[in-house]
Formats: sequence, structure tokens, C-alpha cells
Amino acid sequence: MKKTQNKQLPKCLTGIQGLDEITGGGLPKGRPTLICGSAGSGKTLFSVEFLVRGATEYGEPGVLMAFEETAEELTENVTSLGWDLTQLVEEKKLSIDHVYIDPHEIQETGEYDLEALFIRLGFAIEEVGAKRVVLDTIETLFMGLSNASIIRAELRRLFQWLKSQGVTAIITGERGEHSLTRQGLEEYVSDCVIRLEQRTTEELTTRYLQIVKYRGSSHGSNEYPFLIEEEGISVLPITSVGLNHEVSNDRISSGIPRLDTMLDGRGYYRGSSILVTGMAGTGKSTIAAHFAQATCQRGERCLYLATEEAPQQILRNMLSIGLDLHQYIEKDLLRFEAVRPTAYGLEMRLVKIHNWIKEFQPRSLIIDPMSNMSLSGNTRQSKAFFMRLIDFLKSEKITVLLTDLTPGGTPLERTEIGVSSLMDTWLEVRTLETNGERNRLLYILKSRGMEHSNQVREFLLTKQGIELIDVYVGQGTFLTGTARAAQKAQEEFEQLSRLQKFEQKKRELESQTEILEAQITALQVQLKTQHEVLDSMIKQAENNQKNFLKNQEVMVKLRKGD
Amino acid sequence: MTDNFSETINISGSEIWQLRLYVAGQTPKSLAAFANLKKICEEYIQGQYQIEVIDLVKQPYLAKQDQIVALPTLVKKLPMPIKQIIGDLSNQEKVLVGLEINHRKADQ
Repeated sequence: MKKTQNKQLPKCLTGIQGLDEITGGGLPKGRPTLICGSAGSGKTLFSVEFLVRGATEYGEPGVLMAFEETAEELTENVTSLGWDLTQLVEEKKLSIDHVYIDPHEIQETGEYDLEALFIRLGFAIEEVGAKRVVLDTIETLFMGLSNASIIRAELRRLFQWLKSQGVTAIITGERGEHSLTRQGLEEYVSDCVIRLEQRTTEELTTRYLQIVKYRGSSHGSNEYPFLIEEEGISVLPITSVGLNHEVSNDRISSGIPRLDTMLDGRGYYRGSSILVTGMAGTGKSTIAAHFAQATCQRGERCLYLATEEAPQQILRNMLSIGLDLHQYIEKDLLRFEAVRPTAYGLEMRLVKIHNWIKEFQPRSLIIDPMSNMSLSGNTRQSKAFFMRLIDFLKSEKITVLLTDLTPGGTPLERTEIGVSSLMDTWLEVRTLETNGERNRLLYILKSRGMEHSNQVREFLLTKQGIELIDVYVGQGTFLTGTARAAQKAQEEFEQLSRLQKFEQKKRELESQTEILEAQITALQVQLKTQHEVLDSMIKQAENNQKNFLKNQEVMVKLRKGD
Repeated sequence: MTDNFSETINISGSEIWQLRLYVAGQTPKSLAAFANLKKICEEYIQGQYQIEVIDLVKQPYLAKQDQIVALPTLVKKLPMPIKQIIGDLSNQEKVLVGLEINHRKADQ
């Protein structure tokens, strides 16, 4: 009837941050799990958190059978994590039983069994209605009692009995030299084995967790770093992050209006990764601060990880260019976390960032500069670190802006860690040295998924923040700074003189026209006169002709001729 | 059934062995332990001992309270110091050492 579970074993959520993700839902329910590790690797804390979370979050009371520490010691040890074991005991959500065996006070003669331990455990389980049981560290029995074969037989019986009780149990064991535990407990607990380890590399200590075995269940098989924090353990399932996160079409402002214009007019994509590279003093942090301001102005939270400058120094510097970030800190919209590269290993740092994000819930993250993040690892590790970080941020739809210092004298379009391929938008600030001045130029080297400008902009840091201006482009060159200004003045002058020349010419032509027009009038007058003369001449000639004819007639009449 | 384990009190002389035997029901081991203990006491400290048999099946909370892990367990409460002897008490020598009555026998 119930075949929907894909034959997966029922699981019991531990409540430990990250562990339930790695195990796909927790520890095998109703079965014992072995947690082994060297001294100080966090076994006890791990077990106690399992019980505390069960009691407080899942309504599953627990029994802690401690073989090494007393209830008082345990209570004291975890008080700093905010867990009040005394209260849980009072509320009947937890029962702590310290099993004390002193070999000097005990003499063995003949056959015995560990039935009293079963009775104690059974009584405690019944007392609180326990669903969870922790035995920490049961191997101590081997030190207190000398008949190992009896203990082995009894442990086998104990684990069977725990299964029959239907409790989810954690049994801790000290790591042996050639086996997971000194006494080979892994032989008895075959359902789930978790190994904890503490390693120190380059003076940085990191704790790791690995699921060695989980019968009947898929699980992440890598070593996962974990951190013992103010609120317990957190394991980071970093390598389990995939590429199938949702993509946002939402656009957010960069905080610099002209830059938004260059980015298709609408700014960055939400949840994208932005890289700002440039040499020292090119204004990378300022671009970052503008972005922080824009985030806060939208009423969203921004986490600023300062890895080089102290937060106070950043605040002061930004104030000098008119960015008052203080107000956002007061409104709890902006938070600075100063991290020194040497403080943690890369893995730990990832966990730390993970936790900050979980706690502060920012929509934007700034890492300034990222180059400092990776001092504590080699290039391959650093790339993996950023890949995991960016994957995680993308899955959370957090926009991340990273600045990176381009060392002088290296090819410009190159990042130290080789992460540029992970970036969606890549801005580069370059300085151009001409005419005895350095001018800043802003390029968009790439911006995925938008029609970004291919233009270079000159980048000015003013008292009102960043200003982007067009550079002078024309006559086969581009100019910036005073050269741009000079060129502009020159052009204006030329324009003016051209205008003046034109006016002059215009006036000349106009006067010439006037003269010509005057000449035309004179000629027309002349023409008219000539016409009149001609007319009168014609008339005279006609009159003469008429007169001649008339005279002839008269002459004929006079002669009386025929 | 536990009547078989009924307290046996024999008091005479100044020193008293106050003993507690923890068992869980009547198992062959617990019966053997009681029999062995009784025999040793009668033989060496007759009239100077007190045996209290505690059945943890009936009083499970006492297991935690008295720090009992293995069964059967014999606890010598008096004379001080407190000692635990676990097992069916079949090795008489060891029991005598544990109860610190070995040398007394030699004296006699």
C-alpha cells in the first residue's frame, strides 16, 4: 500500500543545521547510528544537539546516557550554546544518566551481564517517553570492566534491544588507529556510521563530517566542514548545491544611474554575480558602496564583508564622497562583517558566510575584496570556494558583488582566481595615464543576458558620489581628463571662429547682392530709356512714311495726272 | 518468589558487614550469587552481616541511584570503603578480598 516512499527507510530529523540535507532527511528512524571521531571532534556536542533539537523542535524527548561526563558537566558545557538541559530535565523532555564505573572499586568474579544498564535505560526511556537515545561513549565499559567478551555480547544485545524499543539512537565511539572505533563498534551498528574529524592545515583547524555508511539510503559522501557555533553545530552541504536554481528576470539598480543606463537601462539582474576588477585605488569599493546604498534604499538588506579595510574606515571614506551608509546600519538594513583572511580556513569561511546569510537574510552580498578571501588556499581551492559560494547565493537569489584587485603589470582582463567565468556581469575600472594625470575609465567587459553598452565611460569620484561622463571620441582617438576638457575647449573655439567667419562671408555676399541689385535697377532704367527712344524713333519713322505717302497723293492731285 | 532472597540478619560482635545484592528477577546467575554469598558469610563472618537483596525489576530507579551496571552486583556498604563485586561470586578468594575478610580467616 505504501510504496510511495521509494523503499527509503523512515528517517528522523536531527535538527542539526545541514546534516538533514546531507542525509536526505536525518538519521535512520528507530535504529542506532554510530558517530565516531577522535577526542575533541565534537561527538558529544553532536549527540546533545540531536537530543535538544528533538526535545525542543520535534516533540521527541530523549535520554542521554553519559559514560564520561556527569550531568552537571554536560549541562555546563552546553550552556554557552543556549541549551538549558536542567530545564529540559525538569520539563521531562530529557533524562540524563551518568554511568560511572571505577575499575578500582569493582571486582569481578564469575559470570555477569549488563542487565542493570538495560534496566536503567529502559526506566529512563519510560520516564520521559523517549524517542531518542544517546550513549556517549559506551566504549568506556571496556575500560571499566575486564571481561571483554561479556561486554561485546551485551553490546550486541543492547543494540538489538534499542531497535526493539523503537528509539533512534546515537552511539559515540572513539576513533581507533586502524578502525573507525577502538572496540570495533561499527560491527554492531551497521545502519549508519558518521565520522567526525578535526584537521589542521596551515595552522587552521577545521572540523569535518563524513557519512561513512548509510544503509538503504543515498547520502552525500564527501567530507563536509562543520562549525561549532553560538547556536550549535552547522554542517554545510556545499557540494550538494546544483545548477538548477531558478533565474530571476527582476532587475535592480547598481546605485549609479549612468551605469544602469549602460546596463540596458535597468541595472543588474537580481541574483546575478557581479565582478568589479581594477587596480589599486580605482574606486572598486565605491562602486560596491553605491550598490549597498541602492539595496538599502529599496528597503532590502545588504551584507558587506570587508576583508581589507575596517568597516569604520569604509564608512568614513564613503562619507567623503557623499555616501552616508551609517543610517542604513542603524536601520538594520546594512551589516558589515570584517573578516581577516587568516581567521578561518576557506571551508569555515563558507560556513560562516552561510550562517550570516541565514541569520541576516540579506538580498545583496558584497565581498570587498574577494582577492583577500583566498589567501588561505590555493587557486583550485579558491575557485571551488567561490563556485560553491556563488551557487549557494544564486539558489537563494542573493545578488553578489565582488571586487577584485588586479595586480599591476598583469594582463588586465584576468582575475587572480580565475573566477571571471562564474560572473554574470564584469565591470572593470582602469586608470589611464596621460598628460601627467590618472583618469579612471569604466568598462563593461561582459554582462550576460542584456544588451549592455560597449562604450567606455570616464569615471569621476565627486562629493556627490560617482559620476560617469562620456569620453571624447572622434578623429580616431579618445581623450579623458584635462585632455578631454582641452579638446572640448579647442572644439568650442573652433566652432566659434567658424561661426564668425561665416557671418563675415555672409555679410560680404549680402553687400555684393545689394550692389548687383542696384546695378540691375540701373540697367533696367537704361533699358527702359532705350526702349522709349526706340519707340519714339519708330513712331517718327511711321509718321514720316505717312507724310511721304500723303505728300505723293497730294502731288498727284496737283499735277492732275492720270 | 523473592522470599528466597529474604533478608538475613545476624548481628553479633562489633564489626558489621552491610551488604547489598542487586539482581534482576530470579536468574540462575542471581540465585548462584546469593547462594555463594550466603555460604561465604556464614563461613567467615557469621552473625556479623546483613544482606539486602534488591530486585531492580521492581525498583528500577535504584540502578541509576546506586550506579549499578552489571548484574548481579554485590555492594559492600560497610565497613568502609564501599566496594562493588560483580558476577555470580563463584570465586571465593576474590569475594573475600573484595569484602576484606580474607585476613580475618587467617587470624582465626
